[in-house]
Amino acid sequence: MTVAPTLAVAGLRLDLGRTPILRGVGIDVMPGEVHGLVGESGAGKTIVGKAVLGIAPAGARIRDGRMTFLREDLIAMPERRRRDLLGRQIALIPQDPMTGLNPVLRIDRQMTDPLRLHLGLDRAAALAKALELLHQVHIREPERVLRQYPHELSGGMRQRVLIAMAFSCRPQLIVADEPTTALDVTVQRQILRLIKELQETAGTAILFITHDLGVVSKICDRVSVIHSGRILESAGVADLFDFPQHDYTRALMRATPRYDRPGDVLEPVPADLTARLIAEAEALDA
Amino acid sequence: MAERRGALASAASDARVLFGAAVLLALIVAAAAAPLLAPHDPLEQDLLASFLPPAFQAGADPLFPLGTDSLGRDLLSRLIYGARVALTVALVAASLAALLGTALGLIAGYFGGWVDAIISRLVDVWMAFPPVLLSIVLVAIIGAGLNSVIIAIVIIDWTRFCRVVRAEVLVQREQDYVASAVTIGLGRWRILWHEILPNLMPLLLVLITLEMGIAIIVEAILSFVGLSVSSDQATWGGLIQEGRLYIHQAWWIMALPMACIIVSVLGLNALGDGLRRTLDPVMRR
Repeated sequence: MTVAPTLAVAGLRLDLGRTPILRGVGIDVMPGEVHGLVGESGAGKTIVGKAVLGIAPAGARIRDGRMTFLREDLIAMPERRRRDLLGRQIALIPQDPMTGLNPVLRIDRQMTDPLRLHLGLDRAAALAKALELLHQVHIREPERVLRQYPHELSGGMRQRVLIAMAFSCRPQLIVADEPTTALDVTVQRQILRLIKELQETAGTAILFITHDLGVVSKICDRVSVIHSGRILESAGVADLFDFPQHDYTRALMRATPRYDRPGDVLEPVPADLTARLIAEAEALDA
Repeated sequence: MAERRGALASAASDARVLFGAAVLLALIVAAAAAPLLAPHDPLEQDLLASFLPPAFQAGADPLFPLGTDSLGRDLLSRLIYGARVALTVALVAASLAALLGTALGLIAGYFGGWVDAIISRLVDVWMAFPPVLLSIVLVAIIGAGLNSVIIAIVIIDWTRFCRVVRAEVLVQREQDYVASAVTIGLGRWRILWHEILPNLMPLLLVLITLEMGIAIIVEAILSFVGLSVSSDQATWGGLIQEGRLYIHQAWWIMALPMACIIVSVLGLNALGDGLRRTLDPVMRR
Protein backbone atom coordinates (compact mmCIF):
# COMPACT_ATOMS: atom_id res chain seq x y z
CA MET A 1 0.00 0.00 0.00
CA THR A 2 1.35 3.38 -0.88
CA VAL A 3 1.02 6.31 1.47
CA ALA A 4 -0.12 9.59 -0.03
CA PRO A 5 2.44 12.38 0.30
CA THR A 6 1.55 15.25 2.62
CA LEU A 7 2.80 17.70 0.04
CA ALA A 8 3.16 16.81 -3.61
CA VAL A 9 4.66 19.27 -6.04
CA ALA A 10 4.97 18.17 -9.65
CA GLY A 11 6.22 19.92 -12.76
CA LEU A 12 5.90 23.33 -11.12
CA ARG A 13 6.82 26.16 -13.49
CA LEU A 14 6.70 29.70 -12.17
CA ASP A 15 7.67 33.02 -13.73
CA LEU A 16 8.48 36.22 -11.93
CA GLY A 17 7.45 38.86 -14.40
CA ARG A 18 8.94 37.41 -17.59
CA THR A 19 11.83 35.62 -15.92
CA PRO A 20 11.39 31.88 -15.45
CA ILE A 21 12.20 31.06 -11.82
CA LEU A 22 11.00 27.49 -11.47
CA ARG A 23 11.35 25.11 -14.41
CA GLY A 24 9.40 22.02 -13.52
CA VAL A 25 10.04 21.41 -9.84
CA GLY A 26 8.84 18.11 -8.38
CA ILE A 27 9.02 17.27 -4.68
CA ASP A 28 7.06 14.81 -2.57
CA VAL A 29 7.10 15.35 1.17
CA MET A 30 5.83 12.23 2.90
CA PRO A 31 4.00 12.28 6.26
CA GLY A 32 6.40 12.65 9.16
CA GLU A 33 9.35 13.25 6.85
CA VAL A 34 11.82 16.12 6.96
CA HIS A 35 12.53 16.87 3.34
CA GLY A 36 15.50 19.11 2.67
CA LEU A 37 15.46 21.45 -0.31
CA VAL A 38 19.08 22.44 -0.88
CA GLY A 39 20.48 24.98 -3.27
CA GLU A 40 22.57 28.10 -3.48
CA SER A 41 21.06 31.57 -3.45
CA GLY A 42 18.93 32.23 -6.48
CA ALA A 43 18.26 28.53 -7.09
CA GLY A 44 14.56 29.08 -6.44
CA LYS A 45 14.27 27.19 -3.17
CA THR A 46 12.60 29.98 -1.21
CA ILE A 47 10.07 30.62 -3.94
CA VAL A 48 9.03 26.96 -3.84
CA GLY A 49 8.19 27.41 -0.17
CA LYS A 50 6.34 30.64 -0.85
CA ALA A 51 4.38 29.09 -3.69
CA VAL A 52 3.29 26.27 -1.40
CA LEU A 53 2.11 28.79 1.18
CA GLY A 54 0.46 30.98 -1.43
CA ILE A 55 2.59 34.00 -0.53
CA ALA A 56 4.60 34.23 -3.74
CA PRO A 57 5.62 37.85 -4.42
CA ALA A 58 3.53 40.13 -6.61
CA GLY A 59 4.25 39.41 -10.27
CA ALA A 60 4.77 35.69 -9.73
CA ARG A 61 2.72 33.52 -12.07
CA ILE A 62 2.37 29.77 -11.98
CA ARG A 63 2.50 28.62 -15.59
CA ASP A 64 2.24 24.92 -15.13
CA GLY A 65 2.37 22.09 -12.68
CA ARG A 66 0.51 20.75 -9.70
CA MET A 67 0.74 21.35 -5.97
CA THR A 68 -1.38 19.29 -3.64
CA PHE A 69 -1.64 19.15 0.12
CA LEU A 70 -3.15 15.83 1.25
CA ARG A 71 -4.54 15.44 -2.28
CA GLU A 72 -6.13 18.89 -2.14
CA ASP A 73 -5.17 21.25 -4.96
CA LEU A 74 -3.20 24.19 -3.56
CA ILE A 75 -3.10 26.20 -6.78
CA ALA A 76 -6.83 26.41 -7.51
CA MET A 77 -7.72 26.61 -3.82
CA PRO A 78 -10.14 29.42 -2.91
CA GLU A 79 -8.79 32.11 -0.61
CA ARG A 80 -11.10 31.13 2.25
CA ARG A 81 -10.01 27.52 2.25
CA ARG A 82 -6.37 28.55 2.12
CA ARG A 83 -6.82 30.80 5.14
CA ASP A 84 -8.38 27.86 6.98
CA LEU A 85 -5.41 25.66 6.18
CA LEU A 86 -2.68 28.21 6.83
CA GLY A 87 -1.61 28.26 10.44
CA ARG A 88 -3.75 25.24 11.22
CA GLN A 89 -2.61 22.54 8.79
CA ILE A 90 0.28 24.27 7.07
CA ALA A 91 2.65 26.56 8.96
CA LEU A 92 5.79 28.55 8.29
CA ILE A 93 8.98 28.97 10.23
CA PRO A 94 10.40 32.11 8.63
CA GLN A 95 13.99 32.82 7.79
CA ASP A 96 14.63 35.93 9.81
CA PRO A 97 13.51 35.85 13.43
CA MET A 98 14.24 39.58 13.65
CA THR A 99 11.47 40.52 11.24
CA GLY A 100 9.13 37.53 11.41
CA LEU A 101 7.39 38.92 14.49
CA ASN A 102 5.39 42.13 14.48
CA PRO A 103 7.61 44.69 16.25
CA VAL A 104 4.81 46.57 18.00
CA LEU A 105 2.75 43.68 19.32
CA ARG A 106 3.53 41.72 22.46
CA ILE A 107 4.39 38.05 22.21
CA ASP A 108 1.17 36.97 23.97
CA ARG A 109 -0.96 38.65 21.30
CA GLN A 110 1.03 37.15 18.47
CA MET A 111 1.03 33.66 19.95
CA THR A 112 -2.63 33.58 20.92
CA ASP A 113 -3.97 34.91 17.60
CA PRO A 114 -3.64 31.62 15.68
CA LEU A 115 -4.79 29.59 18.70
CA ARG A 116 -7.96 31.60 19.05
CA LEU A 117 -8.55 31.72 15.31
CA HIS A 118 -8.02 28.07 14.49
CA LEU A 119 -8.63 26.19 17.72
CA GLY A 120 -11.42 28.47 18.92
CA LEU A 121 -9.83 28.91 22.32
CA ASP A 122 -10.89 31.81 24.52
CA ARG A 123 -8.32 34.30 25.76
CA ALA A 124 -7.46 32.50 28.99
CA ALA A 125 -7.21 29.09 27.36
CA ALA A 126 -5.09 30.49 24.53
CA LEU A 127 -2.75 32.13 27.03
CA ALA A 128 -2.40 28.89 28.96
CA LYS A 129 -1.67 27.06 25.73
CA ALA A 130 0.90 29.68 24.69
CA LEU A 131 2.62 29.26 28.04
CA GLU A 132 2.74 25.51 27.55
CA LEU A 133 4.14 25.97 24.03
CA LEU A 134 6.90 28.23 25.30
CA HIS A 135 7.77 25.53 27.86
CA GLN A 136 8.01 23.03 25.04
CA VAL A 137 10.50 25.16 23.15
CA HIS A 138 12.56 25.42 26.35
CA ILE A 139 12.13 29.10 27.01
CA ARG A 140 12.87 30.05 30.57
CA GLU A 141 10.47 32.40 32.36
CA PRO A 142 7.75 32.03 29.71
CA GLU A 143 5.35 34.20 31.73
CA ARG A 144 7.73 37.12 31.35
CA VAL A 145 8.44 36.44 27.67
CA LEU A 146 4.72 36.49 26.91
CA ARG A 147 4.49 40.07 28.13
CA GLN A 148 7.53 41.24 26.17
CA TYR A 149 7.94 42.84 22.78
CA PRO A 150 10.00 41.08 20.09
CA HIS A 151 12.92 43.50 20.32
CA GLU A 152 13.40 42.60 23.98
CA LEU A 153 14.23 39.00 23.00
CA SER A 154 17.41 37.59 21.48
CA GLY A 155 17.40 36.13 17.97
CA GLY A 156 17.44 32.58 19.31
CA MET A 157 14.52 33.33 21.66
CA ARG A 158 12.50 34.86 18.85
CA GLN A 159 13.14 31.87 16.63
CA ARG A 160 11.95 29.62 19.47
CA VAL A 161 8.79 31.69 19.72
CA LEU A 162 8.25 31.42 15.96
CA ILE A 163 8.83 27.66 16.13
CA ALA A 164 6.36 27.38 18.98
CA MET A 165 3.86 29.32 16.88
CA ALA A 166 4.43 27.11 13.83
CA PHE A 167 3.79 23.95 15.85
CA SER A 168 1.00 25.49 17.94
CA CYS A 169 -1.99 24.14 16.00
CA ARG A 170 -0.31 20.77 15.31
CA PRO A 171 0.00 21.27 11.55
CA GLN A 172 0.54 18.40 9.12
CA LEU A 173 3.13 20.35 7.18
CA ILE A 174 5.64 23.02 8.10
CA VAL A 175 7.63 25.01 5.60
CA ALA A 176 10.90 25.97 7.30
CA ASP A 177 12.64 28.62 5.21
CA GLU A 178 16.28 28.69 6.30
CA PRO A 179 15.20 28.82 9.93
CA THR A 180 18.75 28.79 11.28
CA THR A 181 20.58 30.94 8.75
CA ALA A 182 20.23 34.19 10.67
CA LEU A 183 21.45 32.62 13.92
CA ASP A 184 24.97 32.05 15.13
CA VAL A 185 26.36 28.53 15.03
CA THR A 186 25.86 27.49 18.66
CA VAL A 187 22.25 28.68 18.65
CA GLN A 188 21.78 27.02 15.25
CA ARG A 189 22.47 23.57 16.69
CA GLN A 190 20.03 24.07 19.56
CA ILE A 191 17.32 25.27 17.20
CA LEU A 192 17.84 22.33 14.84
CA ARG A 193 17.64 19.90 17.73
CA LEU A 194 14.48 21.63 18.93
CA ILE A 195 12.79 21.45 15.53
CA LYS A 196 13.72 17.77 15.22
CA GLU A 197 12.42 17.05 18.70
CA LEU A 198 9.06 18.73 18.11
CA GLN A 199 8.78 17.22 14.64
CA GLU A 200 9.33 13.70 15.93
CA THR A 201 6.82 14.06 18.76
CA ALA A 202 4.15 15.57 16.53
CA GLY A 203 4.94 13.53 13.41
CA THR A 204 4.90 16.68 11.32
CA ALA A 205 6.16 16.70 7.73
CA ILE A 206 8.65 19.50 7.11
CA LEU A 207 9.85 21.05 3.89
CA PHE A 208 13.21 22.28 5.10
CA ILE A 209 14.73 24.92 2.85
CA THR A 210 18.45 25.56 3.31
CA HIS A 211 21.71 26.21 1.52
CA ASP A 212 23.70 24.33 4.13
CA LEU A 213 24.47 20.63 3.58
CA GLY A 214 25.74 20.45 7.14
CA VAL A 215 22.27 21.37 8.38
CA VAL A 216 20.71 18.87 5.98
CA SER A 217 22.82 16.04 7.38
CA LYS A 218 21.61 16.80 10.89
CA ILE A 219 17.90 17.06 10.38
CA CYS A 220 16.65 15.74 7.03
CA ASP A 221 15.36 12.32 6.01
CA ARG A 222 15.31 13.04 2.28
CA VAL A 223 16.99 15.71 0.24
CA SER A 224 16.26 17.38 -3.08
CA VAL A 225 18.99 19.43 -4.70
CA ILE A 226 17.76 22.43 -6.66
CA HIS A 227 19.61 24.60 -9.16
CA SER A 228 18.31 27.19 -11.62
CA GLY A 229 14.74 26.28 -10.76
CA ARG A 230 14.92 22.52 -11.31
CA ILE A 231 15.53 19.54 -9.08
CA LEU A 232 18.80 17.85 -10.02
CA GLU A 233 18.70 14.99 -7.61
CA SER A 234 16.45 13.62 -4.92
CA ALA A 235 17.52 10.92 -2.48
CA GLY A 236 17.50 9.65 1.08
CA VAL A 237 19.95 11.61 3.16
CA ALA A 238 22.39 8.72 3.70
CA ASP A 239 22.35 7.81 0.01
CA LEU A 240 22.89 11.38 -1.03
CA PHE A 241 25.96 11.79 1.10
CA ASP A 242 27.39 8.34 0.34
CA PHE A 243 26.52 8.10 -3.33
CA PRO A 244 25.84 11.53 -4.77
CA GLN A 245 24.57 11.01 -8.33
CA HIS A 246 24.80 14.47 -9.81
CA ASP A 247 28.04 16.37 -10.51
CA TYR A 248 26.55 19.42 -8.84
CA THR A 249 25.75 17.53 -5.64
CA ARG A 250 29.35 16.34 -5.49
CA ALA A 251 30.61 19.87 -6.15
CA LEU A 252 28.33 21.21 -3.41
CA MET A 253 29.79 18.70 -0.96
CA ARG A 254 33.34 19.65 -1.81
CA ALA A 255 32.32 23.25 -1.09
CA THR A 256 30.89 22.45 2.36
CA PRO A 257 33.11 22.34 5.46
CA ARG A 258 32.88 19.16 7.55
CA TYR A 259 33.41 18.83 11.27
CA ASP A 260 34.76 15.30 10.86
CA ARG A 261 37.36 16.29 8.24
CA PRO A 262 38.77 19.60 9.41
CA GLY A 263 41.83 19.49 7.15
CA ASP A 264 39.83 19.36 3.91
CA VAL A 265 40.46 22.00 1.30
CA LEU A 266 37.18 23.53 0.18
CA GLU A 267 36.56 24.08 -3.50
CA PRO A 268 34.03 26.48 -4.93
CA VAL A 269 31.48 25.06 -7.36
CA PRO A 270 33.32 25.12 -10.74
CA ALA A 271 32.20 27.93 -13.00
CA ASP A 272 31.88 25.68 -16.06
CA LEU A 273 29.54 23.36 -14.15
CA THR A 274 27.36 26.30 -13.14
CA ALA A 275 27.35 27.54 -16.74
CA ARG A 276 26.36 24.08 -17.99
CA LEU A 277 23.50 23.84 -15.49
CA ILE A 278 22.19 27.26 -16.43
CA ALA A 279 22.37 26.39 -20.14
CA GLU A 280 20.48 23.14 -19.51
CA ALA A 281 17.88 24.98 -17.49
CA GLU A 282 17.38 27.69 -20.08
CA ALA A 283 16.95 25.05 -22.76
CA LEU A 284 13.79 24.06 -20.86
CA ASP A 285 12.29 27.53 -21.29
CA ALA A 286 11.85 27.24 -25.03
CA MET B 1 5.34 47.62 28.70
CA ALA B 2 9.03 48.33 29.06
CA GLU B 3 9.18 49.42 25.45
CA ARG B 4 6.41 51.97 25.87
CA ARG B 5 7.88 53.29 29.05
CA GLY B 6 11.32 53.53 27.44
CA ALA B 7 10.00 55.40 24.44
CA LEU B 8 7.96 57.76 26.57
CA ALA B 9 10.86 58.40 28.90
CA SER B 10 13.18 59.23 26.04
CA ALA B 11 10.46 61.41 24.49
CA ALA B 12 10.05 63.27 27.76
CA SER B 13 13.75 64.01 27.95
CA ASP B 14 13.81 65.58 24.50
CA ALA B 15 13.92 69.37 24.64
CA ARG B 16 11.70 69.80 21.59
CA VAL B 17 9.08 67.46 23.00
CA LEU B 18 9.14 69.26 26.34
CA PHE B 19 8.77 72.66 24.71
CA GLY B 20 6.02 71.45 22.40
CA ALA B 21 4.16 69.68 25.16
CA ALA B 22 4.34 72.80 27.33
CA VAL B 23 2.89 74.91 24.51
CA LEU B 24 0.13 72.40 23.85
CA LEU B 25 -0.66 72.18 27.54
CA ALA B 26 -0.79 75.99 27.82
CA LEU B 27 -3.16 76.10 24.85
CA ILE B 28 -5.40 73.45 26.36
CA VAL B 29 -5.49 75.18 29.74
CA ALA B 30 -6.18 78.58 28.16
CA ALA B 31 -8.96 77.16 26.01
CA ALA B 32 -10.58 75.06 28.71
CA ALA B 33 -10.39 77.62 31.51
CA ALA B 34 -10.87 80.76 29.43
CA PRO B 35 -13.72 82.18 31.57
CA LEU B 36 -11.64 81.68 34.71
CA LEU B 37 -8.35 82.95 33.33
CA ALA B 38 -9.54 85.95 31.33
CA PRO B 39 -9.59 89.11 33.49
CA HIS B 40 -12.39 90.60 31.39
CA ASP B 41 -15.24 89.63 29.13
CA PRO B 42 -13.56 89.51 25.71
CA LEU B 43 -16.45 91.46 24.20
CA GLU B 44 -16.75 94.09 26.94
CA GLN B 45 -16.06 97.48 25.39
CA ASP B 46 -14.68 100.46 27.25
CA LEU B 47 -14.27 103.26 24.74
CA LEU B 48 -12.54 105.46 27.30
CA ALA B 49 -9.83 102.84 27.65
CA SER B 50 -9.14 102.21 23.96
CA PHE B 51 -5.60 101.70 22.60
CA LEU B 52 -4.08 101.13 26.01
CA PRO B 53 -0.52 99.77 25.64
CA PRO B 54 0.60 96.51 27.31
CA ALA B 55 2.06 96.56 30.80
CA PHE B 56 5.67 96.79 29.70
CA GLN B 57 5.05 100.15 28.01
CA ALA B 58 4.56 103.60 29.47
CA GLY B 59 0.96 104.65 30.08
CA ALA B 60 -0.31 101.12 30.70
CA ASP B 61 -3.29 100.38 32.88
CA PRO B 62 -2.71 97.47 35.33
CA LEU B 63 -6.32 96.40 34.71
CA PHE B 64 -5.39 95.56 31.11
CA PRO B 65 -2.05 93.69 31.28
CA LEU B 66 -1.68 93.35 27.51
CA GLY B 67 -3.47 96.56 26.61
CA THR B 68 -6.75 97.13 24.73
CA ASP B 69 -7.90 97.42 21.15
CA SER B 70 -9.71 100.20 19.30
CA LEU B 71 -12.95 99.54 21.20
CA GLY B 72 -11.23 99.25 24.56
CA ARG B 73 -11.59 95.48 24.73
CA ASP B 74 -9.04 93.63 26.85
CA LEU B 75 -6.43 92.01 24.55
CA LEU B 76 -5.33 89.34 27.03
CA SER B 77 -8.90 88.13 27.40
CA ARG B 78 -9.40 88.16 23.64
CA LEU B 79 -6.19 86.18 23.12
CA ILE B 80 -7.23 83.61 25.72
CA TYR B 81 -10.66 83.19 24.14
CA GLY B 82 -8.99 83.09 20.72
CA ALA B 83 -7.07 80.03 21.89
CA ARG B 84 -10.43 78.22 22.16
CA VAL B 85 -11.13 78.60 18.49
CA ALA B 86 -7.54 77.81 17.52
CA LEU B 87 -7.39 74.67 19.63
CA THR B 88 -10.83 73.44 18.61
CA VAL B 89 -9.95 73.77 14.96
CA ALA B 90 -6.51 72.24 15.51
CA LEU B 91 -7.80 69.18 17.37
CA VAL B 92 -10.96 68.47 15.42
CA ALA B 93 -9.69 69.28 11.94
CA ALA B 94 -6.39 67.41 12.41
CA SER B 95 -8.14 64.34 13.82
CA LEU B 96 -10.74 64.21 11.07
CA ALA B 97 -8.18 64.80 8.33
CA ALA B 98 -6.09 62.02 9.87
CA LEU B 99 -9.08 59.68 9.96
CA LEU B 100 -10.05 60.26 6.35
CA GLY B 101 -6.51 60.33 4.96
CA THR B 102 -5.37 57.30 6.94
CA ALA B 103 -8.35 55.20 5.93
CA LEU B 104 -7.82 55.93 2.25
CA GLY B 105 -4.03 55.59 2.53
CA LEU B 106 -4.32 52.20 4.23
CA ILE B 107 -6.66 50.90 1.57
CA ALA B 108 -4.62 52.30 -1.32
CA GLY B 109 -1.33 50.99 0.04
CA TYR B 110 -2.49 47.55 1.07
CA PHE B 111 -4.85 46.56 -1.70
CA GLY B 112 -3.02 48.27 -4.56
CA GLY B 113 -4.35 47.77 -8.07
CA TRP B 114 -7.20 49.91 -9.33
CA VAL B 115 -8.20 51.04 -5.83
CA ASP B 116 -4.73 52.47 -5.36
CA ALA B 117 -4.77 54.00 -8.83
CA ILE B 118 -8.02 55.85 -8.16
CA ILE B 119 -7.03 57.12 -4.71
CA SER B 120 -3.54 58.14 -5.82
CA ARG B 121 -4.81 60.07 -8.86
CA LEU B 122 -7.35 61.77 -6.61
CA VAL B 123 -4.53 62.84 -4.30
CA ASP B 124 -2.49 64.12 -7.26
CA VAL B 125 -5.37 66.21 -8.56
CA TRP B 126 -6.17 67.44 -5.05
CA MET B 127 -2.64 68.59 -4.44
CA ALA B 128 -2.57 70.56 -7.66
CA PHE B 129 -4.96 73.12 -6.11
CA PRO B 130 -3.35 75.94 -4.12
CA PRO B 131 -4.52 75.06 -0.59
CA VAL B 132 -5.25 78.53 0.79
CA LEU B 133 -7.22 79.55 -2.27
CA LEU B 134 -9.10 76.27 -2.19
CA SER B 135 -10.01 76.74 1.46
CA ILE B 136 -11.26 80.27 0.84
CA VAL B 137 -13.37 79.10 -2.08
CA LEU B 138 -14.69 76.17 -0.07
CA VAL B 139 -15.69 78.29 2.90
CA ALA B 140 -17.21 80.85 0.57
CA ILE B 141 -19.35 78.08 -0.90
CA ILE B 142 -20.42 76.32 2.29
CA GLY B 143 -20.67 79.50 4.31
CA ALA B 144 -18.52 80.97 7.07
CA GLY B 145 -18.34 79.55 10.56
CA LEU B 146 -16.30 77.23 12.73
CA ASN B 147 -17.71 74.02 11.20
CA SER B 148 -16.99 75.25 7.69
CA VAL B 149 -13.42 76.04 8.60
CA ILE B 150 -12.95 72.54 10.00
CA ILE B 151 -14.59 70.94 6.97
CA ALA B 152 -12.41 73.00 4.63
CA ILE B 153 -9.22 71.95 6.41
CA VAL B 154 -10.23 68.29 6.41
CA ILE B 155 -11.17 68.36 2.74
CA ILE B 156 -7.86 69.96 1.83
CA ASP B 157 -5.41 68.27 4.15
CA TRP B 158 -6.50 64.61 4.12
CA THR B 159 -4.03 64.19 1.25
CA ARG B 160 -1.08 64.80 3.58
CA PHE B 161 -2.06 61.75 5.61
CA CYS B 162 -3.12 59.70 2.63
CA ARG B 163 0.19 60.04 0.80
CA VAL B 164 2.42 59.33 3.75
CA VAL B 165 0.31 56.46 5.09
CA ARG B 166 0.08 54.83 1.66
CA ALA B 167 3.86 55.00 1.24
CA GLU B 168 4.43 53.53 4.68
CA VAL B 169 1.92 50.73 4.12
CA LEU B 170 3.78 49.83 0.92
CA VAL B 171 6.90 49.40 3.05
CA GLN B 172 5.18 47.59 5.91
CA ARG B 173 3.26 45.10 3.82
CA GLU B 174 6.52 43.67 2.46
CA GLN B 175 7.80 43.02 5.97
CA ASP B 176 8.16 39.42 7.07
CA TYR B 177 5.73 39.88 9.92
CA VAL B 178 2.97 40.46 7.38
CA ALA B 179 3.90 37.25 5.54
CA SER B 180 3.88 35.53 8.94
CA ALA B 181 0.43 36.92 9.62
CA VAL B 182 -0.77 35.61 6.25
CA THR B 183 0.65 32.16 6.95
CA ILE B 184 -1.14 32.14 10.28
CA GLY B 185 -4.34 32.45 8.29
CA LEU B 186 -5.37 35.96 9.32
CA GLY B 187 -7.67 37.80 6.93
CA ARG B 188 -6.64 40.87 4.96
CA TRP B 189 -8.64 43.43 6.91
CA ARG B 190 -7.47 41.95 10.14
CA ILE B 191 -3.84 42.16 9.04
CA LEU B 192 -4.33 45.73 7.88
CA TRP B 193 -6.10 46.77 11.06
CA HIS B 194 -4.38 44.74 13.78
CA GLU B 195 -0.90 44.15 12.36
CA ILE B 196 0.00 47.06 10.09
CA LEU B 197 -1.92 49.97 11.62
CA PRO B 198 -0.21 49.68 15.04
CA ASN B 199 3.10 50.01 13.23
CA LEU B 200 1.93 53.33 11.78
CA MET B 201 0.95 54.87 15.11
CA PRO B 202 4.20 56.79 15.77
CA LEU B 203 4.05 58.20 12.25
CA LEU B 204 0.40 59.19 12.66
CA LEU B 205 1.03 60.85 15.99
CA VAL B 206 3.74 62.99 14.39
CA LEU B 207 1.60 63.86 11.37
CA ILE B 208 -1.35 64.85 13.54
CA THR B 209 0.82 67.13 15.64
CA LEU B 210 2.20 68.85 12.55
CA GLU B 211 -1.29 69.08 11.06
CA MET B 212 -2.53 70.84 14.19
CA GLY B 213 -0.01 73.60 13.56
CA ILE B 214 -1.12 73.87 9.95
CA ALA B 215 -4.79 73.99 11.00
CA ILE B 216 -4.08 76.88 13.36
CA ILE B 217 -2.51 78.84 10.52
CA VAL B 218 -5.32 78.08 8.09
CA GLU B 219 -7.91 79.11 10.67
CA ALA B 220 -6.00 82.38 11.23
CA ILE B 221 -5.92 83.02 7.49
CA LEU B 222 -9.63 82.38 7.17
CA SER B 223 -10.53 84.61 10.10
CA PHE B 224 -8.15 87.24 8.73
CA VAL B 225 -10.23 87.36 5.56
CA GLY B 226 -13.40 87.20 7.63
CA LEU B 227 -14.49 83.68 6.64
CA SER B 228 -14.12 81.98 9.99
CA VAL B 229 -16.36 82.28 13.04
CA SER B 230 -18.64 85.31 13.34
CA SER B 231 -16.87 88.52 14.22
CA ASP B 232 -18.36 88.75 17.72
CA GLN B 233 -16.10 85.86 18.73
CA ALA B 234 -12.43 86.53 19.36
CA THR B 235 -9.99 84.73 17.08
CA TRP B 236 -6.28 85.29 16.57
CA GLY B 237 -6.70 85.82 12.85
CA GLY B 238 -9.50 88.28 13.50
CA LEU B 239 -7.32 90.17 15.99
CA ILE B 240 -4.53 90.44 13.41
CA GLN B 241 -6.98 91.76 10.88
CA GLU B 242 -8.25 94.42 13.30
CA GLY B 243 -4.74 95.27 14.45
CA ARG B 244 -3.59 95.76 10.89
CA LEU B 245 -5.70 98.94 10.69
CA TYR B 246 -3.98 100.50 13.70
CA ILE B 247 -0.48 99.19 13.14
CA HIS B 248 1.04 102.70 13.47
CA GLN B 249 -0.82 103.69 16.63
CA ALA B 250 -0.96 100.37 18.44
CA TRP B 251 1.36 97.74 17.00
CA TRP B 252 0.73 95.32 19.84
CA ILE B 253 -2.82 94.64 18.72
CA MET B 254 -1.42 92.88 15.69
CA ALA B 255 1.86 91.68 17.17
CA LEU B 256 0.44 89.81 20.17
CA PRO B 257 -1.93 87.45 18.28
CA MET B 258 0.85 86.88 15.74
CA ALA B 259 3.14 85.90 18.58
CA CYS B 260 0.47 83.49 19.85
CA ILE B 261 0.20 81.83 16.45
CA ILE B 262 3.95 81.64 15.99
CA VAL B 263 4.58 80.14 19.40
CA SER B 264 1.73 77.64 19.01
CA VAL B 265 2.81 76.46 15.59
CA LEU B 266 6.46 76.40 16.59
CA GLY B 267 5.55 74.37 19.65
CA LEU B 268 3.42 71.88 17.72
CA ASN B 269 6.09 71.48 15.05
CA ALA B 270 8.74 70.94 17.71
CA LEU B 271 6.51 68.38 19.38
CA GLY B 272 5.99 66.55 16.09
CA ASP B 273 9.66 66.62 15.22
CA GLY B 274 10.72 65.52 18.68
CA LEU B 275 8.18 62.68 18.72
CA ARG B 276 9.32 61.54 15.31
CA ARG B 277 12.87 61.27 16.54
CA THR B 278 12.04 59.48 19.75
CA LEU B 279 9.25 57.21 18.51
CA ASP B 280 10.70 56.16 15.18
CA PRO B 281 11.86 52.61 15.92
CA VAL B 282 14.65 52.78 13.37
CA MET B 283 16.08 56.00 14.76
CA ARG B 284 15.66 54.72 18.29
CA ARG B 285 17.55 51.47 17.77
